[in-house]
Order: sequence, then C-alpha cells, then structure tokens
Amino acid sequence: MMMRARILAAAVTAGLGLALAAPASAAEGNVELPKQNWSFNGPFGTFDQAQLKRGYQVYGQVCSACHSMHLLYYRNLMDIGFSEAQVKEIAAGVEVTDGPNEEGEMFTRPGRPSDHFRSPFPNDNAARAANGGALPPDLSLIIKAREGGANYVYGVLAGFTDPPAGVTVPQGMHYNKVFPGHMIAMNPPLSEGLVDYGGEPKATVDQMAQDVTAFLAWASEPEMEARKRLGIKVMLFLIIFTGMLYAVKRKVWANIH
Amino acid sequence: MASTVHSTAHGAHGDGGTRRDFLYLATGAMGAIGAGLAAWPLVDSMNPSAEVLAVSSTEVDLAPVAVGMALTVKWRGKPVFVRHRTDKEIKEAEDVNVAELRDPQTDKARTEKPGWIVVVGICTHLGCVPLGQKPTDPRGDYGGWFCPCHGSHYDTSGRIRKGPAPKNLAVPAYTFLSDSKVKIG
Amino acid sequence: MSAPAINNRFLKWFDDRLPVVSFMQHELHEYPTPKNLNYWWNFGSLAGICLVIMIATGVVLAMQYTPHVSLAFLSVERIMRDVNYGWLLRYLHMNGASMFFLVVYIHVFRGLYYGSYKSPREVLWWLGLVILLLMMATAFMGYVLPWGQMSFWAATVITNLFSAFPLVGEPIVTWLWGGFSVDNPTLNRFYALHYLLPFVIVGVVVLHLIALHKHGSNNPLGIPHKGPQDSIPFHPYYTVKDLFGLGVFFIVYMALVFFAPNMLVEPINYVPADPLVTPPHIVPEWYFLPYYAILRSIPDKLLGVIAMFGSLLILFVLPWLDTSKVRSARFRPIYKKLFWVFLADCIILGWVGYNPPEGHFIVIGQIATAYYFLHLLVIMPIVGKVERTRPLPDSISAPVLKGAHKEKA
Repeated sequence: MMMRARILAAAVTAGLGLALAAPASAAEGNVELPKQNWSFNGPFGTFDQAQLKRGYQVYGQVCSACHSMHLLYYRNLMDIGFSEAQVKEIAAGVEVTDGPNEEGEMFTRPGRPSDHFRSPFPNDNAARAANGGALPPDLSLIIKAREGGANYVYGVLAGFTDPPAGVTVPQGMHYNKVFPGHMIAMNPPLSEGLVDYGGEPKATVDQMAQDVTAFLAWASEPEMEARKRLGIKVMLFLIIFTGMLYAVKRKVWANIH
Repeated sequence: MASTVHSTAHGAHGDGGTRRDFLYLATGAMGAIGAGLAAWPLVDSMNPSAEVLAVSSTEVDLAPVAVGMALTVKWRGKPVFVRHRTDKEIKEAEDVNVAELRDPQTDKARTEKPGWIVVVGICTHLGCVPLGQKPTDPRGDYGGWFCPCHGSHYDTSGRIRKGPAPKNLAVPAYTFLSDSKVKIG
Repeated sequence: MSAPAINNRFLKWFDDRLPVVSFMQHELHEYPTPKNLNYWWNFGSLAGICLVIMIATGVVLAMQYTPHVSLAFLSVERIMRDVNYGWLLRYLHMNGASMFFLVVYIHVFRGLYYGSYKSPREVLWWLGLVILLLMMATAFMGYVLPWGQMSFWAATVITNLFSAFPLVGEPIVTWLWGGFSVDNPTLNRFYALHYLLPFVIVGVVVLHLIALHKHGSNNPLGIPHKGPQDSIPFHPYYTVKDLFGLGVFFIVYMALVFFAPNMLVEPINYVPADPLVTPPHIVPEWYFLPYYAILRSIPDKLLGVIAMFGSLLILFVLPWLDTSKVRSARFRPIYKKLFWVFLADCIILGWVGYNPPEGHFIVIGQIATAYYFLHLLVIMPIVGKVERTRPLPDSISAPVLKGAHKEKA
C-alpha cells in the first residue's frame, strides 16, 4: 500500500512538471529541519487521538497564555475524542464576553461549546504590548502557514539551545537553531514535567513538543482524515473507471486504422 | 456525459457483441454513478454548516420574567415568544372548546408547564411576526397575539382563532432544565 | 456518415422549433474529424471541462464567501472548517486553477508544435489567446480573494505594474484600487470581476469552437483532409477518446486535491493579509512565473512591464512571424529542435521566476528572456524561409503514417 502511495505521489509531482517548485529555502538560511515520523504523514496517515488530547493539554496549559487559536471552537474538541460533557466543562471554565445586554452593557458568561477558543489578548496591539513588542502569532493555521509545516514547528519548540561561541543574544531574545535568524522573542516554553500527563508517557520536552505539534497539525487541517479517506475511494473509483473507458475506447476504435 | 458512450453500442454487430454491450453499459452506469456522487458535495454544501448547527439550541433564563410579562428570544434566526401567563390567561386557554378550533389542540398539549407558553413567533399565514409581546401591543380579540399583516388573532395558547392563518403558532421543542431555565431546541 | 434521423416524436417536434438536436447531430456525427489525431488533441476538450468544474465549484463557493477585508480570510476558513464538504470544494477550485492552466499550456504548445495557428486558423488562434488572457485576469483576481499575505501582496505588486506608464500610470492605479492602496474597494471589485470573467470566457470559448468548426481540426501531419477516407465522425470516436483522457486527467487532479492540496500554494497565504508587513519572498502562482521572470529581467520599470505584456501580445502575430508553408513540426527538422529549445526556455523562465532575483538567476533570466523574443521575432521568420522541409504525405490515410510514426516524442 505504501509503495503505491509513494508511486502516486511521484506521479503527481512528475505529472505537474514541478521541477519549478523546489523549496525556497535559500532565503531562510538553509536550516535542516529535523524530520519527524508523524502519524499523519502520507496518504494513509491518521491522527493519534491520545496524542492530540495531550497536545491540547499542552496548548491549554502553556501556549494559550500568549497564543490565540481564534479559528477553533470548543465544540471542535469533540473531533479529537473529548465527550460532549467534557467539552461543555472545558468551555464553561472560560469566561466569555457577550452582549450588549438590554442595558447596553457587555457582560461575561461561562463559555459554551459553540464559542471560539478564547484569545489571551483582546487585540494584536495588546498582545504586542504585553510581549515586548513581538506578536505571538495565532496558532489556528500555523502548520499550514509555515514552510516545513509540522517539522518546522516541532523544530522551533525543541530547538532552544545555548548560542554557539561568539554569538551574542540581545536582551529579551533567545537562541533557537531552527527559527529563521536564530533569534526568537519567545521564552523556551517547555520544560521537563511542565504538564501533568498522569504517568504515561513521560512529559519530556521532546514528547510535549511532539504532542502539541500534532495537535496544531490537526487544528490546521481538521478535515485531513476525512479528506484522505474519501480520496482513497475516489482514486480507486477513477482507476477502475478509467480502465473501463480505455477498454471502451479500444473497442470503439478497433475497426479504424 | 459518460452515458453517451453506450449509445455507441449500435455499431458493428458480430462476435463478442454481448460482451461489448455489457462493457458499454457497465461503463455508462459507472460514469452516471460517479457524476451523481460528484454532484453531492455541491448540493450538500448548501445545507446548514457546522457552526449553524452548533447554535441550534439556546438556553433561556426565565428568572427575570414576572407573571404577565413576556420575553422574545432569537432561536435559529427566528423569534421565540415566551410568556409567563396569568391565572386568568391559563384559564381562558384551558376552557376553550377544542372541537370548535380551526387547528384543534388542547392547551395541555401545547405547554410543558401551565404557567409558561413557548411558541415560535411566526404567523402561520405568511410569516410575519405577530404583536402582543409588549404590554402596549394589541393582542387581538383573544388576548394572545395579533398579526398586523393580515389580521390573524391568536389566543393565550397561541392557537389561531380568527383571520386567515391556517395553523396554530408552532411550539418548538424545549425542556425545562430547572424552574427558571429552559432549553429551546 | 450521414446523421441518423430523429426518431423520437417529441424530439422531432421540438427540433422543428429549436434545432438543437439536429445541431448536436451535425456537430457530433457529420462534423468530419481527422482520423489521425493523437492524445495531444485531448487537451482542448479537457480545458472546456476544467472551465465547467471551475464555474460549478466557484458558484457554490461564492454562496459562502464574504468579500470584505475583515471577513474574507475568516469566511474562507469557515468554508474549510464548517461548511459541508467546503474543504473539498475549495481545494477543487484552488487546484482546479492550476490544472486548468496546465491543460491550456499543453494545448498551446501542441498548437505551436503542429502549426495549428497557421492559415486559415489565425482567428481561432487569436480567440485562444484572448481566452488565455482572460484566464490570467480571472486567476489573478481569484488568488486575491482569500486575503492572505500572498493575496494582498500579489494584488499590490501586479496592480503597481500599471504605474509604470508615464502620466496616466498613477491615476490608473488609484482607479484600479478605488483608493490609495489595495483595500476593501479593491477586494470587492476583484470579487465582482472574478465572478463575471468566467462567463465572458464561456462566450469566447463558443467563438473559439465556431472558428474551429469552420475549417476543422488541424492534425499531426498538418495537411488538409482530402476526402471522406481521411476523416471519421467526432462521435463516438473522439468522445470516447476524450472521456478516457478525462479519466487520466481526473486521476492526476484528484491525487492533488486529496493528497497534496497545498503543494502549489505558498504557506504564507495562510497568514491573513497585513498591509504593514511584506513577506520576504514574493512569488506568483506557478503559471505566472515565466512572465514574472521576464518582468524582473529588465532593469527598467516601464520596459519590464512592456516586455512582460509583450511576451503574450507578440503571440497574436505569430501566424505571420512563422513564414514556413509547412504546418507540422514533423516535417520541419530544424524547427522541431527549436520548438523543444523554446519550451525549455519557458520552463527556465519559470524556474528563474520562482527564485529570488539574486546572483546568477539574474543573468540566466536575462538570457532566457532575450532568447524568448529572439525565437519568436528572429529565428521563426528566418527558419521558415531557409529550412528544407521533409516531403509531405499525399493524404492523411494509411501509407504515410508509417514514416510519421516514429516522430512522436
């Protein structure tokens, strides 16, 4: 199966003559991204729900302090294995601004599953002001919006190191071996045991980076599993149907030439 | 499109004719099925989307609505009338001779709790919003709601009593979560 | 080869009042098609089907899209996340544009190889070029609609091209924008035009077909058909051949849609438009890359713009720049080689267009640009005059096909 998938991918690439589309890594300083073996890679890849739930835990307890995910709704969490009751509870734990009421005042109420994920800051300027001028990007589409996708985001999360000799890191910046330019305003967000996974697996920095990246990949492409499932059916149909059309064509043309 | 293929079957006859006809037919059928399935996403995209369905129920706090008062809430883009009925209104609604009604329904069948009537505020004639929610509104001859568009009169149970409307005001699906909280939808 | 009579009584009655049935019969049964068309001739009907797919998916997407700077990006993401099959429709539309251009470019290069633009098909060729220009305008404006970073900056850069013209340039750009930068009025009018132009394309396609059916299809030998033995009815022969080609096309197209839907877009377009931040590396969609390379190869702003538009407009006079009496490259040994050089030149231009304008890319781009115009303006007229063409076969029918067969590359 994998073999056919790879042939398929190769055929698509060749078919489109994409010699043109070599990645534009030149501008980014040619950082070799650590390639991970994601469960969602390839035409048959799927998400690992347990991992997505852990990833949500990391996002909720760590990243969401600064990063919004404003395209997601709490109800979307049902797609990664939370029950309706759990989603209601998660949503109710958040104060949502609503209104205006009949007196014209805005008010807060507990969140509902039909609410968007609450953003940590009311607007971009407030987010910049609270983060030393750097805007923490919204994470709803981060995997689709970055060259390298999941490998890149994982690479940044796991890429905090001491600067090489001779490199000075300015005040408020941190050295990151994957981030373009290597200077990133974000503090190293993860540390061993930061999130309580309740035993298994161990909450290492690497594990948490993997999990939250998988969660973000799902958030970027929540349709991915449905897309691939339908795609396989469509491809099988088309291959058979095209074969039949070829047979018909042969028969119809048999008496010409 | 693919169905045009099998009309080509009337070409040369002779050996293998049946097998060829079968091939043409099967290919045509396959094409027709494929085209039909391919059209479905286009059609289905016009059905209510996930974020529309997610707000298809709404919870209403009834605590501030005193007896005799009414509340209008928006549910699925339509007004829903919630009225806290007085004892007089309840009695009027229950004492009606059901057999004489245009759309016979008992008040009991239309309410969960006698004190509260919950109806979709859309006149069953041509879709206007009847008056009667505010104390100053005209409420028609039967003390319920009055539709200003074509003069339909509804009683305190939201039943059609006079005028062109054919049916009673619709009762949405709702449940009382507590004495002062109702979930519509 | 005469059409079968209309047997159904209703159809007969109807056809007597609106002759659509006999029109279809005439086009499908009586319209003689050369018997030797190869698979490169599939791409015309494929392009038509692409147009239908784009309009069908586009209409349902339009029902969900909001052309406003603060809502456009969100409405596209709502399509992707909440609308039933919205992701499928959008990916079909987005990748459909690429497939449409791929198909049309193959169709154009087929015409170049087999000399399909030559007398008496010059107007047919012009109409095809008009379709290509309309497609480019439509695709460009469609790319702006999701209002991502690349949408915004593509709109800014391309509309700014018009500022190159002296005196009228600035007022034209302001007029195009409906303001002093790309903003809500721009997005709104691009949406209106993006919806309109496909139907204009449909109109020009009808004219393209009328022009085609006046003299019939060219063929791989490039010689006119001399009698009934040279041709076959379009239906069933070419309908089933086209349908088979359509199946193969769909396999490629669907593989892209379902398994690599974002392969051809820049990731940065999933970042909402920000008028204050330009992405470090702006590239157009792949089908615009060669023109983009020509634009950047010329250091002067106005001349660059003129060269870019000129690279397309020059194709309108191609039927007269090509001085050869022989249509098909099969019988033109020198031109045949030059055709492949020209194709390679276009691909090199695309590759240069993809890369940042630095270092050796600038030189390569300038050489490739120069060769593009050299080929069309100088080499084609001269080669047509001096080339010793190979003898043409007497007719399309059997005996000559042997010699021609091995030419198919």
